[in-house]
Amino acid sequence: MDGFVSIRNLDKFYGGFHALKGINLDVAEGEVVCVVGPSGSGKSTLIRCINHLESFTKPSEIVVDGTAVAPGKSLSTIRAEVGMVFQSFNLFPHLSVRRNVMLAPMRVRGRSAKEAGEQADALLKRVGIAEQAGKFPKHLSGGQQQRVAIARALAMEPRVLLFDEPTSALDPEMVGEVLDVMKSLAGTGVTMIVVTHEMGFARQVADRVIFMDSGEIIETGTPEDIFSNPKEARTQNFLGAVLNH
Amino acid sequence: MELIDTFFNAEVLRRSFPMLVKGLWVTIKLGLVSIIAGLALGLALALLRLYGKRPVQFVTSVYIDIFRSLPLLVLLIIIYYALPFVGIRMSGFWSAMCALTMVSGAYSAEIFRAGIQAIPKGQFEASQALGLNYRQMMFDVVLPQAVKIVIPPLTNNSINVIKDTALASVVAIPDLLKQATQAQALAANPSPLIGAAIIYILFLWPLVAAVSRMERHFGAGEH
Repeated sequence: MDGFVSIRNLDKFYGGFHALKGINLDVAEGEVVCVVGPSGSGKSTLIRCINHLESFTKPSEIVVDGTAVAPGKSLSTIRAEVGMVFQSFNLFPHLSVRRNVMLAPMRVRGRSAKEAGEQADALLKRVGIAEQAGKFPKHLSGGQQQRVAIARALAMEPRVLLFDEPTSALDPEMVGEVLDVMKSLAGTGVTMIVVTHEMGFARQVADRVIFMDSGEIIETGTPEDIFSNPKEARTQNFLGAVLNH
Repeated sequence: MELIDTFFNAEVLRRSFPMLVKGLWVTIKLGLVSIIAGLALGLALALLRLYGKRPVQFVTSVYIDIFRSLPLLVLLIIIYYALPFVGIRMSGFWSAMCALTMVSGAYSAEIFRAGIQAIPKGQFEASQALGLNYRQMMFDVVLPQAVKIVIPPLTNNSINVIKDTALASVVAIPDLLKQATQAQALAANPSPLIGAAIIYILFLWPLVAAVSRMERHFGAGEH
């Protein structure tokens, strides 16, 4: 176990479908890892295992910051340390933007409403939507909602941030504003694992790119390795399909 | 005008009015206690049915199905007349309250379950990913959203509970219907029954109208 996030022999089945086939992966603290690959390759399933939104059983093993990810008491500790941003935002529609950001710090970290509110204001400013704090999510654009979702995840001061195709549900003109926020997070010390179809973002921001297909890690390397000199035929085919059009 | 004298006899109505008001009070008390207990039971049953261990889920769903298929009057008679044979003796009021609660709990459980299941999976996942525990997830995120969905059908159910309190007159509770039938016997005239009917309608009509309004409002607001 040498990574800050260590994944060992991770298998995941949906009925008879073998979604993840013995994945091994170590991610260092502060590293930004982008996971790319065709739809259905298991990328989302992989990161959803890290905070146990998808269950897995021994001998599959995931360790985050020295603690094994497994059902039970320690799981809430891990989830408090591991933030997640979803493709479909999943903001709480009955709470204002500010309350969305405040909820978990108050409930999980025991912060006062005042502290949590001040922190929420600071985070909303950081993602560029301070003036929307009192609105409800449905009154915001997709890009704004996703930036709130990032602020909500950051409010827990996570050591690891998981992004599950954060721009896939956005209108094209809103992709940039979300990627800009994500770029500003890279290099702040938070470990980021990003499942994405944004090759430009991966190339520019990732320390390491992982290419997955059919539930396996096919190839891993620096953005330069993967995008300019892919070794595996499957990587070449995939990149050929997504980059040349 | 024999019809007016028989069914809308002003003098009989006036004399029976205090009895009817006393009955209405009992009806409201019995209705409210049963509604509140039924809601609590229903929420507990819904959560057990959705998230309990397998055997608990099974037992809960059997309970819900049985009490939705058992006529309330039959249940009431069993509780009031049969349970004393096994040493469980309750007053008419508490027998009726138990019967009403057990049945309305079963119906409320299905309403709560539908409301909770209507909340998108992403809301549960976002709550879990943030580290909220089960109780926080339910009370801070899921139930506040489900309440909007379940209020109209729960109000409907509550109206039914209040109407069903009339069945309690068979176990000698002085509810509105029982008072009306007694007043009818005293006056040898059925006007008090009409009086009771009018009171039921005046009391429940606003609730029925409120449900329609809420259904329109919530229906329009969310899409």
